[in-house]
Amino acid sequence: MDPGTYYLSGNEAVAEGAIAAGCRYYGGYPITPSSDIMERISVRFNEVHGVFMQMEDEIASICSVIGAVWAGAKAMTATSGPGFSLMQEGIGYAALTETPLVIVDIQRAGPGTGQATRVASGDIMQAKWGSHGDYQVIALSPWSVQEMYELTIDAFNLAEQYRVPVFLMGEEALGHLRERLEVKPRIRVFDREKKKGAPPFGTEKDDGIPPMPAFGEGEKLLVTGSTHNERGIRKTDDPEAQARLVARINNKILKNRDKIIQTESYFADDAEVVIVSYGFTARSALFAAEELRKEGKKVGLLRLKTLWPFADTIVRDVSSTAKKLLVPEMNRGQLMGEVMKYAACEVIPYYQTDGEIIHPYRIIKEAGSLV
Amino acid sequence: MARDLEAYLRPGIASTPFCPGCGHGILMNLILRAIDELKLDMDEMLFVSGIGCAGWIPSPHFNADTLHTLHGRAIAFATGAKMFNPKLKVMVISGDGDLTSIGGNHLIHAARRNTDMTVVCANNMIYGMTGGQAASTSPVGAVTSTTAEGNLYRPFDLCKLVIGAGAPYAARFAVTQPVSLVNSIKHCLTTPGLTFIEVLSPCPTQFGRRNRYDSPADMIAMLRERCVSKEEATHLSAEERKDMIVTGEFTSERS
Repeated sequence: MDPGTYYLSGNEAVAEGAIAAGCRYYGGYPITPSSDIMERISVRFNEVHGVFMQMEDEIASICSVIGAVWAGAKAMTATSGPGFSLMQEGIGYAALTETPLVIVDIQRAGPGTGQATRVASGDIMQAKWGSHGDYQVIALSPWSVQEMYELTIDAFNLAEQYRVPVFLMGEEALGHLRERLEVKPRIRVFDREKKKGAPPFGTEKDDGIPPMPAFGEGEKLLVTGSTHNERGIRKTDDPEAQARLVARINNKILKNRDKIIQTESYFADDAEVVIVSYGFTARSALFAAEELRKEGKKVGLLRLKTLWPFADTIVRDVSSTAKKLLVPEMNRGQLMGEVMKYAACEVIPYYQTDGEIIHPYRIIKEAGSLV
Repeated sequence: MARDLEAYLRPGIASTPFCPGCGHGILMNLILRAIDELKLDMDEMLFVSGIGCAGWIPSPHFNADTLHTLHGRAIAFATGAKMFNPKLKVMVISGDGDLTSIGGNHLIHAARRNTDMTVVCANNMIYGMTGGQAASTSPVGAVTSTTAEGNLYRPFDLCKLVIGAGAPYAARFAVTQPVSLVNSIKHCLTTPGLTFIEVLSPCPTQFGRRNRYDSPADMIAMLRERCVSKEEATHLSAEERKDMIVTGEFTSERS
């Protein structure tokens, strides 16, 4: 899209952010409430010469995305809870094969089929632990249509930089929210590093990110989801190969987490109660903090734009000056548990799993009662 | 492997991982024979495979780009690669369990879309790598590690399945019919759209020893006895045809 001001839904902004980041392959399957991302992509890819495939299910969608990425594409899919569940095996494959890709999860009320048109943030832990084995991903949490656009671009950049699956953890309310989007004249786009002949699956450092060739470049690539050495040769019973590969795909994210993690603070310096929030709920949390400040109550907000890797030291720092942390979530305390792991003060949850957004007055009431 | 095809193997490959008497080594040879006769450039080819013994036919052995995927999903991965880079000549090589049971949905949808790729299904009529469990291709009565009293269910007719789903070409041959197989693979590699070959490949280790084919030679003899051409099959009664494997090329009336 040309630079300028637009009025779009969150899901439309995701499609535009992906195109701006250079995404040119999309494999997807219809599911409420994310389908309008796919619909817009299917139209817009005709204009930018992208390849759109409506696959037979979400398993095929994620697998086709991985295939396209190894053929040289920047690629994505979008889905919601049940589809995200079906994609988990492919996500583990992408993590192990260090395949950069973006998955947008427009979260709806679960578990099961749940309420397809209603909102939740119930997939936060699934994003971290959904596939078997030990691996890392990056998960981002936008709170506005502007960020649905910008964090989609960030998601592609992070995927390319770290060769890792990156999730944009949207929520139904944000996917279908319409508000102003400013498209800036210049955006930063990162492309994966290539180095002819270099090993595509290993580095000398234990936290390195190897360069990534594509099919058809004469590299005679061996890509496998089995444990492999730096050239992709299967090592299915070599303890050293397993230990080295698993350590590196974890270290390359965890050791760089200070560079990856984005947060925002509001009224945090002197706050006695800090609301730790993310996604759509952070909109209500900011309103609540502003209202309580008007009453002279020392309430602040720590907003997590990056959910995974978790902002452990930032939470620890905030909790060393605050007396209490309030974690309002549209789930049963999924990120609250993570906050508790690192907080030096009391952590108070606020759960809401009724398929509705958390209204600001509820957070005002909760946070106000803690001061 | 025939010595003259060694150039198609990844340097350092000294042996195959297959059991004695397995047909997959023969199939590996015949695929490379077809590629050699067509003088295809291995740098333009992409071999995609799933999980199981047959998934190891191209990976790591073929000296080309290879993508060894999740169980059942080879065709889905291949679809993404082919659609993004249509210059790649894509061949999917995998087993019957992988392509037609856990991956059956991807197979019929690739046939429906007529995606430009060749799918080679090495059918050993059993799950080999996991220890000889019944497959969607096991014959009725077959003894497997999950059907001690004999398999109750009819196997897929894979060629009919794929043709029915819209593919223009499907063929069935056993590794005991090497000339026909090479010709069929060559036809697939030079025909646009989704082309499919079911290759009957003996598994003496898991299928043979449970079903009274005591040696690899017995399994080869069984395939030679039971495989009849589709022309020969027209002269057989339904009763005579019951135990036969009808081989040949099948094309869609729709295409």
